[in-house]
Amino acid sequence: MEQGKIVKVAGPLVVAEGLVSSRMYDLVRVGAEGLMGEIIEMRGDRASIQVYEETEGLGPGQPVEATGAPLSVELGPGMLEAVYDGVQRPLDVLEQMAGAFLSRGVTAPGLDRDKRWEFKPTLKAGDRVESGDIIGTVQENAVIEHRIMVPPGVSGVIEDLSAGSYTVTEPVGSLKTAAGDSVDLIMMQVWPVRVPRPYRKKISANEPLTTGTRVIDTFFPLTKGGVACIPGPFGAGKTVTQHQIAKWSNAEVVIFIGCGERGNEMTDVLMEFPELMDPYSGEPLVKRTVLVAHTSNMPVAAREASVYTGMTMAEYFRDMGYAVVLQADSTSRWAEAMREISGRLEEMPGDEGFPAYLGTKLAAFYERAGRVHTLATETEREGSVSVVGSVSPPGGDLSEPVVQNTLRVVKVFWALQDKLAYERHFPAIDWLTSYSLYLDKVTPYWNANVGPEFRERRDRCMGILQRESELAEIVRLVGLEALSAEEQVLMETAKSIREDFLQQNAFRDDDQFTSLSQQDKLLETILLFHEKAIEAHSKGAALKDIFAAPVRERITRAKYLDEDKLAEFDEIASDIETQLVGDGFDDDEVAVYAGGER
Amino acid sequence: MREYMTTRDIVGPLLLVENVVDVTYGELVELEFPNGTRSLGNVLEVNEDVALVQAFEGTRGSNPSETKVKFLGRSLELAVSKDMLGRVFDGLGRPRDDGPEIIPEKRLSIYGQPINPTARDFPDDFIQTGVSAIDGLNPLVRGQKLPIFSGSGLPHNQLAAQIARQSAVLQRGAAADEIGEPIEGEFAVVFAAMGITFEDADFFIDEFRNTSAIERAVLFLNLADDPAVERIATPRMALTAAEYLAYEKDMHVLVILTDMTYYCEALREVSAARKEVPGRRGYPGYLYTDLATIYERAGRVKGRKGSITQVPILSMPDDDKTHPIPDLTGYITEGQIVLDRNLHRRGVYPPVAVLPSLSRLKQKGIGPGKTREDHADLSNQLFGAYARGLQAKELAVILGEAALSDSDKAFVAFADAFEDRFIRQGAGEDRSVGDTLALGWELMKLLPRTELKRIKDVFVEKYLPAEEDADA
Ligand SMILES: Nc1ncnc2c1ncn2[C@@H]1O[C@H](COP(=O)(O)OP(=O)(O)O)[C@@H](O)[C@H]1O
Ligand SMILES: [Mg+2]
Repeated sequence: MEQGKIVKVAGPLVVAEGLVSSRMYDLVRVGAEGLMGEIIEMRGDRASIQVYEETEGLGPGQPVEATGAPLSVELGPGMLEAVYDGVQRPLDVLEQMAGAFLSRGVTAPGLDRDKRWEFKPTLKAGDRVESGDIIGTVQENAVIEHRIMVPPGVSGVIEDLSAGSYTVTEPVGSLKTAAGDSVDLIMMQVWPVRVPRPYRKKISANEPLTTGTRVIDTFFPLTKGGVACIPGPFGAGKTVTQHQIAKWSNAEVVIFIGCGERGNEMTDVLMEFPELMDPYSGEPLVKRTVLVAHTSNMPVAAREASVYTGMTMAEYFRDMGYAVVLQADSTSRWAEAMREISGRLEEMPGDEGFPAYLGTKLAAFYERAGRVHTLATETEREGSVSVVGSVSPPGGDLSEPVVQNTLRVVKVFWALQDKLAYERHFPAIDWLTSYSLYLDKVTPYWNANVGPEFRERRDRCMGILQRESELAEIVRLVGLEALSAEEQVLMETAKSIREDFLQQNAFRDDDQFTSLSQQDKLLETILLFHEKAIEAHSKGAALKDIFAAPVRERITRAKYLDEDKLAEFDEIASDIETQLVGDGFDDDEVAVYAGGER
Repeated sequence: MREYMTTRDIVGPLLLVENVVDVTYGELVELEFPNGTRSLGNVLEVNEDVALVQAFEGTRGSNPSETKVKFLGRSLELAVSKDMLGRVFDGLGRPRDDGPEIIPEKRLSIYGQPINPTARDFPDDFIQTGVSAIDGLNPLVRGQKLPIFSGSGLPHNQLAAQIARQSAVLQRGAAADEIGEPIEGEFAVVFAAMGITFEDADFFIDEFRNTSAIERAVLFLNLADDPAVERIATPRMALTAAEYLAYEKDMHVLVILTDMTYYCEALREVSAARKEVPGRRGYPGYLYTDLATIYERAGRVKGRKGSITQVPILSMPDDDKTHPIPDLTGYITEGQIVLDRNLHRRGVYPPVAVLPSLSRLKQKGIGPGKTREDHADLSNQLFGAYARGLQAKELAVILGEAALSDSDKAFVAFADAFEDRFIRQGAGEDRSVGDTLALGWELMKLLPRTELKRIKDVFVEKYLPAEEDADA
């Protein structure tokens, strides 16, 4: 391979000369230790290289070796449960090799070369296959069946294919192409991270990705194949929300990218996910998870690459036919890495020093999400990648470039408010400014699977919350007394929606996950109380007593009810009925209907 | 030895040196100016035979043709040994007290290496600081980085010193409702001063001396009149010492870094001299990454006994939390303790603004065994009630007390009592977490019982003090 030499070193950027036959985005090895780098600009025979490791000690004259290949990831059995850095180095393996601290120049392949996997063919010699066709499976763990596919760009007739125990690089068989060449079939695919993996066609994302987080599922739903962003100042709850989705969403595979964030948050995931059980499979959550952990103190250029590394993995699982959710925490740190490199390249800066191509890069990244029909002879195989990106705007200012460019492409906006967070209203998702453009798309699914009234209840509650914010203005100016009784009931109901529905403690076992049907029941109950309160008042009950009805205690606790105790909602409903407007109340029950003061 | 007299330009703290050979990025440089002064520096950029050098100790007295530039072939290092304990160093790690040179056990690059995320152990040991506003609501845990966001004139130094003095780890409680005893003498303190006044530094040194904590302390001082660019190295010196003590000598180390604002300003000065494209308010675009390489050096490592807990102090310019320095810090650290000027004016010490303060690791650090079973619920309730009390007070300002409902009035009374009795305490008062919780429950009595929605019923039954005489 061609060798060049360093002429300049400025932080993570190295300029080398003599790499004439290399191409843009080729991987190179820099210096005596062969540090990984990627060519990001070429001028004459000079190549600018972003180096994925600390560049201290590099200097002019030191060698740079071309590899002739672009930065790629290895795809195949062994990805699940792994922890990678931004360029797919397995961190657990590096720890075994070099100890607790990341040392430069220590590297290992993304997929274990020695581990053997039980391969079971699903096709046989003589079958005609195209790119994307599944030739066999490996039960990677108790949860995920790894489907081995014909790589993109390859097709032909299978010559042989046999069951057995293979490493990821051993041929499991071969096929003959139309040109008559024989091609080995191996389980591992290698794919350049900056190139989207191909699919047959995109289809509409109209099935919700349920997360168990009530404010999301009910008010601002995401879909399988949909894209969402979650901007907010520090401490508002971006990471916790993303962890909740990683834990409890009904995605089949979860790719979590810790992009330039805290080390301890990664450790948290690493320690917690093997312990927590996936509510769908009953197996530890880690079995469906790939973690890309590139923390803020790790080399910045590899942080830039991390989101692509994660995305390529997500697409690969999508291609197998899985519903994948990819989370990037935080996309701002990715953008900042871009900015840093761009600054070193002395490019003309755009807004706030970000490169002028920031918007294009963000859009191209989110565009890799979607629900698709995958490549394959059978056209109906469906897979999806949903993307949730957190954004960390400086000072919480949503007008900054990363938020603004993101909002142009995402369809769901979960706006976190620090004011809510200060009040410990979590998730601090602002119900007045957040939105989901998937609402109408998922309604048919809701009608069929949750209940025909769910959408309407949701809209009514949203209406109440909106009205509350208008009335709150009046209350602030002239006091609660200025409101009519009906408006006062509405204020009370809004409070109940906020406290008994929206607020959800991620750290309480009995609160962190709520099924869609329980969400529906909760809304139904809150609205029932609302109606009955108005009715009771019209029949003469004092508001004070209505609001003090003992059943409210039960409503407050209804969100903690076990999924298998949903029958209790019927009891609560009948309590509301009897305590507010019923006539057959017992002596020891508060009958506010009986006429106000006791 | 590669020694040159080929400086072309000198701009602020930077020198451009020509015709150099084999210079590497990050290399340590020794500069000698015509008047005999010396300065250490390092290579910020090398382009063919031209090196850009930043002089840590300034360029005063230098001149292009007569400045000697010596490249030392290694990066900036700190000589470490256990004898550092009890000693005072300057911002570049050279003895500043009258003591002898340190006989190094080894030399370590001050830049350290990132902890592999898989090798981290999650911080979850509660540290009793003896300060209710922290222990009760935003507890510090061992291995955490929890900054104090302050402003000029606020008592952040007193608070940091109080934390350093009182911090203790607790033994495991025998049961869910039992709090373990504090374990004595656990912490070593590494203190780094960046740009603070002599008086402020002296306050800390005195504090450490008076409590004989000095024997377990290592101090790095770059004061207001010391070279500004040196400050870029100072926190890294301190953290290198801390890592050595924690991971090689099994000590639990509390690192106090003050004032991070001056550190960032030094960084901005260098960036401006390099004519880099500035980010917000002139601070370099890589400020986040740079700060992360400092703050992320807090933590615990699996299989090692020691730990590094960081309490950085920063003064918010204009008390503005959205200023890039507090903002980027908050994005990296595991919470923040925010001090409030209004509370301070009203004479509340420590003036901790409870609502914007946060400890992100609290969930893991409290609860049965660590503190007590009711801790999490109680602190949630205290937060909620205080927030509501403040809201009601705002309302009262506009509409008058009379407009408040009875329950609002109860919350107002609660908020006042909370500030006065729970947040407020003496600078020398060491409250056990048991006392803090008891105080919290005491205050709960001011609220209607039905409002205690965030606390599990069993805990209310068990811990809410019985109502004394109704009209007492
Ligand atoms: N759903 C939630 N339930 C309970 N606490 C939460 C929730 N979301 C956030 N928090 C609290 O807020 C803190 C900050 O949340 P985090 O997600 O780390 O913020 P961000 O990533 O936006 O900086 C957490 O440590 C936790 O104390
Ligand atoms: Mg976060």
